Amino acid sequence: MITLTFIALVTLAAAAVAMSQRNLIHSALLLVASWAGIAGFYLWAGAEFVAFAQILVYVGAVSMVVLFAVLLTRRSHAELAIAPASVKRILAAIVAGGAVLGALFGAVLSTPLASAAAPPPAISVKALGAQLLGRHTASVLLIAVLLTVALLGAVVIASTNSKEDAP
Amino acid sequence: MNSSGLSLLSAHLPVAAAADGLLERLPLTLRDTFVQWFPAPTQWLLHHLISIVGILAIFGLFFAFTTVAERKLLGRLQNRLGPNRAGVPKFSFLPFHLKHKLFGLTQPFADAVKALTKEDIVPAAADKLLHFLAPVLVVAFSLLTFAVLPFGRNLIPVELDAALLYFFAAGSATELTIFMAGWASRNKYSLLSAMRALAQVISYELPLLLSVIPVVLVAGTLSTQEIVVAQGFWTFGLLPHWFIFTPWGAAGFLLFLVAALAESNRSPFDLPEAESELIAGHLTEYSGFKYALFFMAEYFGLTALSGLGVTLFLGGWQAPCAFLQFIPSYLWFMGKLVGMIVFFIWVRGTLLRLRIDQLTRLSWQFLVPLALINLGNAAFWALTGAWSGPLQIVRWAVSAALIVVPFVLMGRSLTRGQAPRTYRYAT
Repeated sequence: MITLTFIALVTLAAAAVAMSQRNLIHSALLLVASWAGIAGFYLWAGAEFVAFAQILVYVGAVSMVVLFAVLLTRRSHAELAIAPASVKRILAAIVAGGAVLGALFGAVLSTPLASAAAPPPAISVKALGAQLLGRHTASVLLIAVLLTVALLGAVVIASTNSKEDAP
Repeated sequence: MNSSGLSLLSAHLPVAAAADGLLERLPLTLRDTFVQWFPAPTQWLLHHLISIVGILAIFGLFFAFTTVAERKLLGRLQNRLGPNRAGVPKFSFLPFHLKHKLFGLTQPFADAVKALTKEDIVPAAADKLLHFLAPVLVVAFSLLTFAVLPFGRNLIPVELDAALLYFFAAGSATELTIFMAGWASRNKYSLLSAMRALAQVISYELPLLLSVIPVVLVAGTLSTQEIVVAQGFWTFGLLPHWFIFTPWGAAGFLLFLVAALAESNRSPFDLPEAESELIAGHLTEYSGFKYALFFMAEYFGLTALSGLGVTLFLGGWQAPCAFLQFIPSYLWFMGKLVGMIVFFIWVRGTLLRLRIDQLTRLSWQFLVPLALINLGNAAFWALTGAWSGPLQIVRWAVSAALIVVPFVLMGRSLTRGQAPRTYRYAT
């Protein structure tokens, strides 16, 4: 229980500090720390595979997308306003945040959770694979095809030789 | 490793269990006798602490002597001597002085003293915290990857079901540290070259992962220990069934080698810190021990990737011939690891550095498609596992053709108009 509290505190604190930072790069890096905290939670819960996938995808890849986006879109430091511009924007933010919070809470509360007495099942990677390719074959195949097409697209874009980018 | 893991492994390998001699069990016996002295509740902690200290000590020293080996071998390749001056230091409290040079083998310790005593310069504009965190994190993450490498039949620090995923998860975090180093320096050249380094590392992550997946496909497991066990067979007791001795395995190993070289920023892919052009790239603003930490992390990364290559393709700790099993498995592993490192040094002394456009092109136009084709090749191999007799020859021929034909065709089409290169010499 202490471990869980610690992980939750680190994750939430990183996320909270990320929101209050003026420096966007610091915010992005703190967000990465928060994602790592979520991976820690998965590890604590015994879901090794999900935890490592979380690190690989979020800390390794999504963080890069976020950082590149921040670097490419950043305006100068002076015009970066933290305070909301108008009352309308505050209201809109509260409504949007509240809607997400409500949806999440509703989902959590309406999910029937198994009684705490049952020990967590020890799921091997093999069993996980059997589940994914047994019951969820269609969705896995769809995602696999989508990602492979994206990869091939990247290769095709790289392969088209235009005159101006030749050295 | 716990006893249940042991029994699982010996169930896999009835032959090997008999060969589990005294030397084979020596590290475990030493650890257990040491742990026995302490009260029972702290023993599990000590078990892990000993693994950690062992890895730090062995691979710390391995790193130190890799740098000497690299400098000496590069010296030989460039027809000079390399470092040979650092010998036994003169201790003033001793009445005598051993004036032996020790073939320059104490050079890394002299280097360490130099790095520790150099001034640590932090730019005034730098982001102090991130500037400090980057070298610390890069070493931490690169050391984490050693946890899942099986160093011997009974020697694996952490036995995980998803070990390979763990390895790449720990390794992928180094990208973040490159960014942190470049950005925190507040130097536009550092930032620009950090972007170049990231482009390289991200581009080569893909072929690296894709070259590993065929092994997972054929072995049917993500656990490094079980992948090694799957390679522990011999034909006539002489020809090892390592994955490199299959058509898809050989292709996968070559792809892995190229991608590993690029991932660890080694020559000929060392443009992130090309010292002659970029004054060390994203490391420009680092000096003293922080620079040494980056240097160390680079070698740790290289060693870990070499260890992974040995584990996946070169049979890990398995002996090359059945009758050579009396030599402890960890010695085989370290021997293969040293072989890989020497090969990497040899490549560094031989090949020229690529340009950044050539580098990214090599990855996206050549390695990624080849790795995808090789994945299909491995799928063919896994599906035809039941073929025997003359069909076995067909299986090998088809599998070899599946990778060689695309290699030749793609190589020809990509170098059209550029090859063969003509050289003109002054006469």
